[in-house]
Amino acid sequence: MTILVDQNTRVICQGMTGWAGTHYSAAMMEYGTRIVGGVTPGKGGTYHLNLPVFDEVAGAMKETGANASMIFVPPENAAAAMIEAIEADMPLVVALTERVPVQDMLRVRAALKQSSTVLVGPNSQGILSPGVCKIGVMATGSERKGHVGILSRSASLTSEVIAQVSAAGLGQSTTVGIGGDAIHGLSMRDCMELFLADQDTRGVIAIGEIGGSEEQELAEFLAAIKPDIPVVGLVVGRHAPTERRMGHAGAFAQSAASDAGNKISALKDAGVIIAKSPHLVGETIREAMAAAA
Amino acid sequence: MKLHEFQSKALLSARGVNVPEGRVALTPGEAREAALALGADRIAVKSQVLAGGRGLAGGVRLVSSAGEVEAAAAAMLGRTLITEQTGPAGCRVNRVLIETAVRPVRSLYLSLLVDAARAEIALLAGAEGSEDIEQRLQSGETRLERLSLGTGDAPEKAALTGLAERLGLGSGLHSAFASLLDQLRLAFVELDATLIELNPLVVTEDGKFVAVDVKMIIDDNALFRHPELVALREEHDGDEIELVAQNRRLNYLRMDGNIGLAVNGAGLGLATLDMVRAANGSAANFMDIRTTATSLDVAHGFTLLLNNPAVRSILVNVHGGGMQPCDTIADGLGIAMRRTGRTCPVIVRLTGNNAEYARFRFANFGCKVIDCPDMWTAVSRAVSAAHGERS
Repeated sequence: MTILVDQNTRVICQGMTGWAGTHYSAAMMEYGTRIVGGVTPGKGGTYHLNLPVFDEVAGAMKETGANASMIFVPPENAAAAMIEAIEADMPLVVALTERVPVQDMLRVRAALKQSSTVLVGPNSQGILSPGVCKIGVMATGSERKGHVGILSRSASLTSEVIAQVSAAGLGQSTTVGIGGDAIHGLSMRDCMELFLADQDTRGVIAIGEIGGSEEQELAEFLAAIKPDIPVVGLVVGRHAPTERRMGHAGAFAQSAASDAGNKISALKDAGVIIAKSPHLVGETIREAMAAAA
Repeated sequence: MKLHEFQSKALLSARGVNVPEGRVALTPGEAREAALALGADRIAVKSQVLAGGRGLAGGVRLVSSAGEVEAAAAAMLGRTLITEQTGPAGCRVNRVLIETAVRPVRSLYLSLLVDAARAEIALLAGAEGSEDIEQRLQSGETRLERLSLGTGDAPEKAALTGLAERLGLGSGLHSAFASLLDQLRLAFVELDATLIELNPLVVTEDGKFVAVDVKMIIDDNALFRHPELVALREEHDGDEIELVAQNRRLNYLRMDGNIGLAVNGAGLGLATLDMVRAANGSAANFMDIRTTATSLDVAHGFTLLLNNPAVRSILVNVHGGGMQPCDTIADGLGIAMRRTGRTCPVIVRLTGNNAEYARFRFANFGCKVIDCPDMWTAVSRAVSAAHGERS
């Protein structure tokens, strides 16, 4: 079992005819992902990568039976593409685009409120279920099919942790890059809930970092639900440079939660096993799962 | 992108917000002329740096003659201002703002910001504006009222009236307060701001709201919509090195240690910094190579590291991804090492996409690097090399 994607996932690519859309769609098809079409306004009726291209998401869904969309639209139009997919009731939307303006994301989140769509990202490296489905830009090779779920705010650290988990002799059920931006779709908490409901996930690694308060929300959820599988946490940025900030009272109100130490103690109090160092995450989950078995 | 006070005020003034009459001066002579042109009996001389805490650090002075304005400007211009927000290096003052001092009847605090946790624009307001508001919030001496503005929507009239009343504004001021909030809300959305802060926002004897100090931050990711704001950056006196890096698709921050650090990805970078500290080392910088950087961009980045005399060793921690393979980074490092000719221990840890090819590239460039199999080995060797130990 996996979360968010499975062997029945049929994907369309918004922005498929652009450079990134073309390059990564081809790589995903090679991996085995079922990509069934693309969407580029004005190019409807044409073919690209031997797949039909549509003007609109709604039309593409109707014709191809797609149940997931990935977005490779440049930042200028990325929010509009996300909103179009949300309004078409696409079940899963994965936004890979980096550097989407934050106020655009406020409008995307407002659109999500009235919808059942699950949005992953933006600024996400995507979702990877080894051997089943890849929707994203991650390099593959070090992943292995297995039972560890990975959810992460950081793309580069996810690759690192996947490699560590495989090197520890374990594999991954699904890995999810929830996105590195302050405002995004699926939260750490909600992603954890999906993993805990998955029979095949027997341990979860949550990778957080300074900024925001998602780790605290995750901790609150875990403290209440008391999961019966081990959860390993890594929060980076304890020694981040204190950016010369333009101080303001609003930032002050949020600053306490954004601190790495605060996040780590919240997770620890909720029963999360904190990896002692970023290079020890694979070992930590191996030990925790062995102890739980 | 942070904006200077004078830039922020010009942007708000053009959108109907009252700001004090003022002029920017680059020299004491210009400051004197500005004072004479204003013709006010009380004049504020304000250092223009991209950091708060200026008043408490002597960066703002209130004087009463053109001669005093000139003297105050002479004392500020060309000097480095160190406030609690600039860090010990401080900020050089290249401009002063000469303004007619406003006589307040009341001083308020008001800001609009993007509240990431709630994914909405929030309005925060306090009944007392002052420079030490952060301390007073911390001690619980004062508190802020909050109003949700959604994606930039007008608040309901009742909510607005309630806020004005809680701030102790008489009913005669309610309509002016409502129009000010409208102007700020529209400016916030139009300019793609992430923060507009008025502190203090004063009420004058004749019942006007005047923004006496303004801070503004614009969303860097939205600058493609605002070429007019990008142009304002030319008036910034930021760190040259960080500006070069910015233009080369590198996220660079100066730090005070001796290990030049390069990584691909912010998360991996933060993880590396934590490990460097755990190994008793300290980084000279944080350099995150963005996914879109070319080998030439990367070469410029490594040149910055190699040209920094404080750097005793270089640590490269790269996990090649689908977007940024290892060889691009190896090429950049190779070019920089050949170009600068600097010899200092270079410790690399390359894994993931094209790691083997990257090693081949290093060999081609004739660069000596210390190749480590994992992050912790690389970090420990970089730290001992920086301490001058043989590795």
